[in-house]
Amino acid sequence: MIDVDSIRKDFPVYSKQPQIIYLDSAASSLKVKSMIDQVDHYYHTLGVNVHRGAYDLAYVTTKLYEDARKTVANFIHSKEEEIIFTRGTTSSLNMIAGSYRDILKPGDEIITSELEHHSSLLPWMITAQKTGAKLVYIPLTTTGRITVENFLAVLSNHTKVVALTHVSNVLGFLTPIVEITKLAHEKQAIVILDAAQSAPHMKLDVEALGVDYMAFSGHKMFGPSGVGVLFGKEALLNKLEPFEYGGEMVDEVYKDHATFKDAPLRFEAGTPVISGAIGLAAAIRYIESIGFYAMHEHTEALHQYALVKLKAVKGVTIYNQSAENPVITFNIDGIHPHDIATMLDQYHVSVRAGHHCAQLVSKFLGVSSTLRASFHIYNNRADCDTFIESIITAKNFFEGF
Amino acid sequence: MNIEHLYRQVIMDHYKNPQNKGFVADNSYLTIHLNNPSCGDDMTVQLKVEDHKIIDIKHQGTGCSICCSSASVMSITLMGKTFDEALSILHEFYEMIKGYPFKKEILTGDAVVYQGVAQFPARIKCATLAWKATEQGINKIMEDEING
Repeated sequence: MIDVDSIRKDFPVYSKQPQIIYLDSAASSLKVKSMIDQVDHYYHTLGVNVHRGAYDLAYVTTKLYEDARKTVANFIHSKEEEIIFTRGTTSSLNMIAGSYRDILKPGDEIITSELEHHSSLLPWMITAQKTGAKLVYIPLTTTGRITVENFLAVLSNHTKVVALTHVSNVLGFLTPIVEITKLAHEKQAIVILDAAQSAPHMKLDVEALGVDYMAFSGHKMFGPSGVGVLFGKEALLNKLEPFEYGGEMVDEVYKDHATFKDAPLRFEAGTPVISGAIGLAAAIRYIESIGFYAMHEHTEALHQYALVKLKAVKGVTIYNQSAENPVITFNIDGIHPHDIATMLDQYHVSVRAGHHCAQLVSKFLGVSSTLRASFHIYNNRADCDTFIESIITAKNFFEGF
Repeated sequence: MNIEHLYRQVIMDHYKNPQNKGFVADNSYLTIHLNNPSCGDDMTVQLKVEDHKIIDIKHQGTGCSICCSSASVMSITLMGKTFDEALSILHEFYEMIKGYPFKKEILTGDAVVYQGVAQFPARIKCATLAWKATEQGINKIMEDEING
């Protein structure tokens, strides 16, 4: 059982801004103290580079950084060599899609979906344009889900890449990625998973998932912004060209050529996000101290509680009642989402209004924008109550004109 | 921040009963399309101009009450104005929206009800979208003249 009062003590923002009703964790979570302290520790007491120095501080810093890699590897059940620290999910996904611009050929097919965040869709759209490969969309069900059956309808001998979201950032639907990956591998296609929304909410085991590449961000899981992870299977990573060239990724340099290290350093040119990586590791340790089971039990109870209350409000359309992730995407008849969001802000209720960096989802739903409320462990029933009350107040306010 | 300062009756009246809304199929009008990709607001403005004077304005868009009402208010504010007049009114409107002092003798009528937007920085783009479209139209016509 999660005790929200004690959880909130772990998130310093609640002592600085006690009024907040934060329902936008799907955009970025609040930040946990143990992470902030770890980042602070690096800058206050270390502050030097990794891998390079022959002095004690450099050893200590390198150990912290490489231990962070171990923490991430254990967290997703991979090898350390398969964890690359990046700037975030967007960066990770762009790196992989960029690499395949040298590999894909005209006629090859890239399977994607209308549920993708722009960061999962656009890099592959550009790769398709540059290589002559074809972007193929999995037909969604009427509710907006990706199914194995519909995946099979587009999987072919031309399929070379399957790039999908694990959980939709707008609809919160979970993709049946294990089955999809098995089928994709039968066609020798590689599978890239955007796990930005799933990593903060469910146990990810890359061995069980089977995917070839996976990306997620620190800032959505209580960690720092500016750091993310790219997981890639070791055998695949070492066949890829480095994404960037520079210090620490190189092996030997001659006047006319150079050789490069193996993953992960192969893909970490220059000084890496040291503070970010060790901060992310601290955030992961925090998540592990609570456990996904307890987190899920708590957020799902809130999700269902808020759903019941929201459904009772007249004129509300909810687009994702069966979502696996604790996210509710909805609209209110006759009132624009932005107007509602401004009103909610008066009650310190933070929700997202717009298309949530996934314009194809809005198009699929046939609306220009939606409201999205998302929950995490620091939310409680009082947050849901204020959320619903402010929705009703907003509705009455705008209907009063 | 007071919500009553943002959502004034005049604004909601323009939202519900917009002036000059709807396109004309007439190629003597210049059409300018602008959007706000982060929130989905989408605005198209049509301008009919004679001798550096705006003789008709039409607008059509989707967006929040602030964005759509503002297009209606923009159309009645700038209708019949010369380019010089319109540009100076636009300048004063932007000053007001940013919360700066503005010349009340230049910016008059319903447009001043958007003063409250300054307290809501997230809504400034909504309030100015249609005005920016008209400004772009005027600038384009003038640039085209210079470039022959």
